[in-house]
Amino acid sequence: MLRRLYPHPLLTLLLFVTWMLLVNQFKIGSLVMALILATAIPLLTAPYWPNRPKLRNLPAFAAYLLLVMWDVVIANIAVARIILFMRGDQIRSAWIAVPIDLKSPEAITILAGTITMTPGTVTADMSACGRVLLIHSLHAPDPEAIVQDIKTRYEARLKRIFA
Amino acid sequence: MEQIVEYFLAALLVIGGIFAVIGSYGLLKLPQMMQRLHAPTKATTIGVGSALIASMIYFLVFEGKISWHELLITLFLFLTAPITANFIAKAQLHRAINKDELPPTGVGSEWATYDPEVKTVDPHLLSDRDPG
Repeated sequence: MLRRLYPHPLLTLLLFVTWMLLVNQFKIGSLVMALILATAIPLLTAPYWPNRPKLRNLPAFAAYLLLVMWDVVIANIAVARIILFMRGDQIRSAWIAVPIDLKSPEAITILAGTITMTPGTVTADMSACGRVLLIHSLHAPDPEAIVQDIKTRYEARLKRIFA
Repeated sequence: MEQIVEYFLAALLVIGGIFAVIGSYGLLKLPQMMQRLHAPTKATTIGVGSALIASMIYFLVFEGKISWHELLITLFLFLTAPITANFIAKAQLHRAINKDELPPTGVGSEWATYDPEVKTVDPHLLSDRDPG
C-alpha cells in the first residue's frame, strides 16, 4: 500500500525538501503543500521513468558530493593560477579519451558532470557505444595521469554508489 | 564578535569577486576556443559559492534565521553548469573542430557527434562546418 502510494521514495523526499527550501521558512501550510506535491508528482510522472536508477548507498553519495565540492575549490585555484601565471603558448591543452566501465546512464551523467566541474577538464562528447568519454583538458602535461585520476577518484566511487 | 563576522564576510565577498574577475580575464586571455570554455565554467564557481556562503552566514548572524535558498542555488548551479559547458563543447565539435584532431575512441565506434548512426543533429546544420 505504502509502496503504491510512494513508488519512488527518493524522488518524494527530494521534492519535499526542495519545496521546503524554496519556501525558506517553516509554516504548516507549506508543509501540507510539500506533502501534496511530493505525493502527486511521483505518481503522475511514474510512466516517464520505467527504469529508475538504483542508489545503493546514500551515505557514500553524500560523501561523494562533499569530495566533489572540495575538488571544485581546488580546481578553481588551479585554473586561476593557469590563467594568471602561464603564457598562452605554455598551456598544453589536450583532448583525452577516457574509457569508462559504468553502465547506468545516470552514473555516466554524474561522472561527466563531475569531470566538467573539476580540475581543468570539460566533458565534450561520448563514443556512440557509450563506453568512452571525450574530455578536453586545459593543461595536461601528462594525459595518462588525468585518466587514472578520473578512474580512481570518481569512477570507482560511483561504481560503489550505483548498483 | 559582529565586527569579526563582518570582516570575514567582506573577505569572502572580495575573494569571490577576485575569482569572478579571473574567470572573465581568462575568457579574454586564453588563445584557443576550447581553452576559453574552461575559464568561466570553473574560475567562477568559487565566485558564486563564496557569495552564497557569505549570504548564509549574514542571515544566520545578523538576522537570526537560517536561509536555505543558497543551498538550492548551489544545487541548480551544479545541475546546469556542466550541461551548459557540454552544449558549448558540442557546438565547437560541430562547427570548428575536425574529426582528425580528436583521439580515437579505442573501442571501434565513432564519437557520437560524428557518428552517422546517431541522428541527433539535422544534416543541414553540418553543411557549413568550418574545417579550421
